[in-house]
Amino acid sequence: MNNSFAQERNERYDKYVKAVTPSTSLPKSLWNSFWIGGLTCCIGQGIYDIFHAIFPSFSQDMLGNMASMTLITIAILFTGFGFYDVIARRGGAGSFLPITGFANAMSSASMEFKTEGLIFGTSVKLFSVVGPVVVNGIVWSTVAGLIHLIIFGRI
Amino acid sequence: MGIVLHKGENCGFTEKTIIPTSKYQRSTGKQTIFFDNPPKIIGRMSVVGEKEGKGPLKDYFDKIVNDAKWGEKTFERAEIDMLMTAIRGSIENADLREEDVNLLITGDLLNQLTSSSYVARDLTMPHLGLYSACSTMSESLAVGSSFVNAGYFDTVVCATVSHFATAERQFRYPLEYGCQRPPYAQWTVTGAGSTVLSAHGSGPRITMATFGKVVDFGVNDLNNLGAAMAPAAMATLTALLEDTGSEPGDYDLILTGDLGKLGSDIMRDLMIEQGYFLGRNYIDCGNMIYDVTQKCYQGGSGAGCSASIINSFVLDKLEQGDYNRIAYLATGALMSTQSCYQGETIPCISHAVVIER
Amino acid sequence: MTVFLNYLLTYATVFGVGGLVCSAAQILVVKTKLTPARILVIFLIIGIILEGFGIYKYIFGFAKSGISIPIIGFGASLARGSIEMARQVGFLGAFAGGLVRTAYGVGAAIVASYIVTLVFSPKSK
Repeated sequence: MNNSFAQERNERYDKYVKAVTPSTSLPKSLWNSFWIGGLTCCIGQGIYDIFHAIFPSFSQDMLGNMASMTLITIAILFTGFGFYDVIARRGGAGSFLPITGFANAMSSASMEFKTEGLIFGTSVKLFSVVGPVVVNGIVWSTVAGLIHLIIFGRI
Repeated sequence: MGIVLHKGENCGFTEKTIIPTSKYQRSTGKQTIFFDNPPKIIGRMSVVGEKEGKGPLKDYFDKIVNDAKWGEKTFERAEIDMLMTAIRGSIENADLREEDVNLLITGDLLNQLTSSSYVARDLTMPHLGLYSACSTMSESLAVGSSFVNAGYFDTVVCATVSHFATAERQFRYPLEYGCQRPPYAQWTVTGAGSTVLSAHGSGPRITMATFGKVVDFGVNDLNNLGAAMAPAAMATLTALLEDTGSEPGDYDLILTGDLGKLGSDIMRDLMIEQGYFLGRNYIDCGNMIYDVTQKCYQGGSGAGCSASIINSFVLDKLEQGDYNRIAYLATGALMSTQSCYQGETIPCISHAVVIER
Repeated sequence: MTVFLNYLLTYATVFGVGGLVCSAAQILVVKTKLTPARILVIFLIIGIILEGFGIYKYIFGFAKSGISIPIIGFGASLARGSIEMARQVGFLGAFAGGLVRTAYGVGAAIVASYIVTLVFSPKSK
């Protein structure tokens, strides 16, 4: 078959498919992700404030760490009980963007591959979904640190 | 010639006209083969999971398993059990014993066809594994019929299986990972179907088979498989109609595999462009396996989708005489998890068989 | 009364900012065909950039958890750690800082995932 003919046909087909494919209703999905994301952040803030009331002497950083650790643990328990994906189907970005989504991605992968054993299953696949986040985070934060050093600091 | 061809809007409303196979031109095209000694379908069995068992076709399935793991440790084992049950059940249904079967042709969606091979390990007959994604059922029927027609084997079992959890894990994300699906996504069917073909006995006959070409219209969205596969179904159905000189109205039922709702709408449009109007006699397995209320987006997909439907609902109706001639085209998307990340588009295929009473 | 109003205002801001960030990501989900992993990386890098230019702390000042709970906060935390460590330790510190600072959350996530894996199994729905 002629290559340019195929390309032209594919473009036409692509246009047609785009026209007939139903798209997600934007306002509804935006609203869902808005309130689910907002609520997750509020729960995080609530945990932070509770810890702040219990341990007033702790530094802001430490309290933040404690709050996110608690939130992560809750999210992972939700994943274990099989609630999280129900929320996430509805929330979309509202549930994968917060740190809870990060935790869910980790624990769901590790649970899923439990059947291959704890070493080759769980341990290998733990980062199969969040791997990109961790890797890119480390690479680009290192770059940020180095740039700061070059501009402001001493080597 | 005295043959009324049902065309256009009229299609499927008037009384059915049975056209003998000999009316058709012998293979003018190159894709369709005709069976002189049509193999008969003497036994069959369908097994489905819980969700499918609540769908509109629940009364037709032979066995509904409500436990996704079937009491096993892994979903993969459950899939093996499901295929095994379907195969054993179909052999029983045909009043045969395992030793009477000369060849087993199976396929599934997993890497290296593991489910098929593990099932074959526990059975005594020779085994052919086929991979054609979701179109494996019609491919195995076509291949099996060719063997039987040629006289190499007397009795051939064709079976396929797919399982939601194993397919999801292989092709998409972990089960508990809450990935939001777009409204045009499809749901992999947990189900298995098995058919026993034989040179002897009585039952519906497989009279023709059309082997499809791999068609790729440049769709690269993994979720929109209906749109990717519709052109393949169109190409194969057109080839079948042209090779046999028939019209869509000559078939009481044209059944595609798992295009889903969106895919079957596209299929109708594409066929109109080819000059064929698909009327009420065109249905899609993916579109009918789930209820709208089950929130399965565009419907079902997977090798087990059309396999379980053809072995229950469709052949039931055929045996009861509601249908006389069926064109069954299962469609398959032949991508891998790697190929799509590498920016490749999705090649698709469809094979057709014609089943007559 | 003013304390209560203050809390109300804080939580409203947290809800609003957090929700807006998530909706912005949702627009990317619906309008483009980016996978969640890509969107996470994009927002992570936005966080690193915000922190790198020193804008993050002003946003955090009023939005609190609204900005730190989404993955932007994780990115900012990584960058902050890396920059601080680079200042204290020098060249080598830039490589370790991000991990050191985020180790609490990541460690908790890994250990909790492991424990949950031992107890629960995924369900097919």
